[in-house]
Amino acid sequence: MNGYNFAYLDEQTKRMIRRALLKAVAIPGYQVPFGGREMPMPYGWGTGGVQVTASILGADDILKVIDQGADDTTNAVSIRHFFQRVAGVETTTATTAADVIQTRHRIPETPLRAGQILVFQVPIPEPLRFIEPSEQETRLMHALEEYGVMHVKLYEDIARYGHIATTYAYPVKVDERYVMDPSPIPKFDNPKLDGNPALMLFGAGREKRLYAIPPYTRVESLDFEDHPFEIQRWEHACALCGSDHSYLDEVITDDQGGRMFVCSDTDYCQSRRGEVA
Amino acid sequence: MKKPVLERPVLLDVQGITRLYGPAKGCEAIDFQLHAGEVLGIVGESGSGKSTLLRVLAGLEAPDAGRVVYRRSSGEPEAARSDVHEPDTARRGGTQALGGDPQANAEAELDLYAIGEARRRALLRLEWGLVHQNPRDGLRMGVSAGANIGERLMAQGQRHYGQLRATGQAWMGQVELDPGRIDDAPRTFSGGMQQRLQIARTLVTRPRLVFMDEPTGGLDVSVQARLLDMLRTLVRSLGLSVVLVTHDLAVARLLAHRLMVMRRGQVVETGLTDQILDDPQHEYTQLLVSSVLTP
Repeated sequence: MNGYNFAYLDEQTKRMIRRALLKAVAIPGYQVPFGGREMPMPYGWGTGGVQVTASILGADDILKVIDQGADDTTNAVSIRHFFQRVAGVETTTATTAADVIQTRHRIPETPLRAGQILVFQVPIPEPLRFIEPSEQETRLMHALEEYGVMHVKLYEDIARYGHIATTYAYPVKVDERYVMDPSPIPKFDNPKLDGNPALMLFGAGREKRLYAIPPYTRVESLDFEDHPFEIQRWEHACALCGSDHSYLDEVITDDQGGRMFVCSDTDYCQSRRGEVA
Repeated sequence: MKKPVLERPVLLDVQGITRLYGPAKGCEAIDFQLHAGEVLGIVGESGSGKSTLLRVLAGLEAPDAGRVVYRRSSGEPEAARSDVHEPDTARRGGTQALGGDPQANAEAELDLYAIGEARRRALLRLEWGLVHQNPRDGLRMGVSAGANIGERLMAQGQRHYGQLRATGQAWMGQVELDPGRIDDAPRTFSGGMQQRLQIARTLVTRPRLVFMDEPTGGLDVSVQARLLDMLRTLVRSLGLSVVLVTHDLAVARLLAHRLMVMRRGQVVETGLTDQILDDPQHEYTQLLVSSVLTP
């Protein structure tokens, strides 16, 4: 496309972001500040993730974009079109075929392989923010590994609800050092972070922070000895593909209270139906 | 034959602390020693520098000059802290002096502002405690009473919810709060109850040294009296060393063993509490003692 550099951002900006990404990979879970640019979309729509994707995308890479697991939701469609126009890269909906996957709120059900890169869109990168409003103080707490307050939140959950009621953005400890917010993925996806062969990059556009989990890094979800970490379970199987081990969305089908449970990962659901048929 | 401990070991050695915001604003050239198990009261009028001094002692504000030295293993071994039996402490103290644990000696003296920030913050969090005048400064108002009490334990690495909760309830009992209210938010508590909660939250890690800034300020007299009574019992049963800042001489008389009178940033008189209150020598102390209202 005329008038734009490849993948929208100018080369100096990409260099700056790549440099920050290298630092983020070198210190797993550490939030690296970067000079976030204005993107042609509002904050909260994935400006952080788009900048990361733009910086790492090559001309022959194949891109997949998902939002809540689905390839056909507004955010996913518009970001995919954006990169088709400004980078002219090939896009796909198949998890296995993609080199770069930009995601919001989910990790694909199909296991990722070495060489793939997963880019997360992050609204609030600071896991300590809910209890400590001061940025200066939270950075000091990260530096000195003062993470006792993270358990205050989990304690409060159990005291109030009888179990750990945090279901998304569930805090994790990366490589036994930094406590990290894995972005608003359901805690169902937390175990997939641990020892994943793919590189995972996190971009927060409004807060201008990047962080990363390198391949095969140990990632633990925080918990109590007598209240261990657990993922969500459903009594139903997917109404379309019959999967009993994937993350399900509840969909209201009519005004009479009819509902169905379907996989939130549309590509996974479709490929399973293809195999069965 | 056992000998009684006459000279208690020095826990905190304060040498020439100066922190001035302007001429005679702050505190200047303060020297004193705090012994283990001792309650030291600092009294003086508003603006005399007693709160500034407390902030410097408690590691919240670096002094312009001087040192705050904390003698960690001063004869009293770690294990003896929780159950305070005087003769027992003395005997173990004696054996330790003979044995001479090299690691304990290496850690014996900590200069508060010479050690790194990480060490200092860990010390403040685990071995020291600070009770603020306003409980809102010392509590997390958004989380329940139980989470407030458990926070320091979780910072120490306790990861068992059941135990944290049991400890929380036990401490609520200790400070005369209803253990059934462990899940209530502090903002639903009265002022006196919030202050009790703050004290429980501070004492839960069994600190050796506690700083208190006007712990009974802003409470009505009957609540004050009960809180003081409770504090006195806790200080004695836990064998705490306390630096207590107050402008209320009645509070000082009840709690403090020794008093320091401050005026315009300087110490004008020091001595045993009864001696200072009954026979003040300095003219300012005389004025202070004579201005107490008696009903």
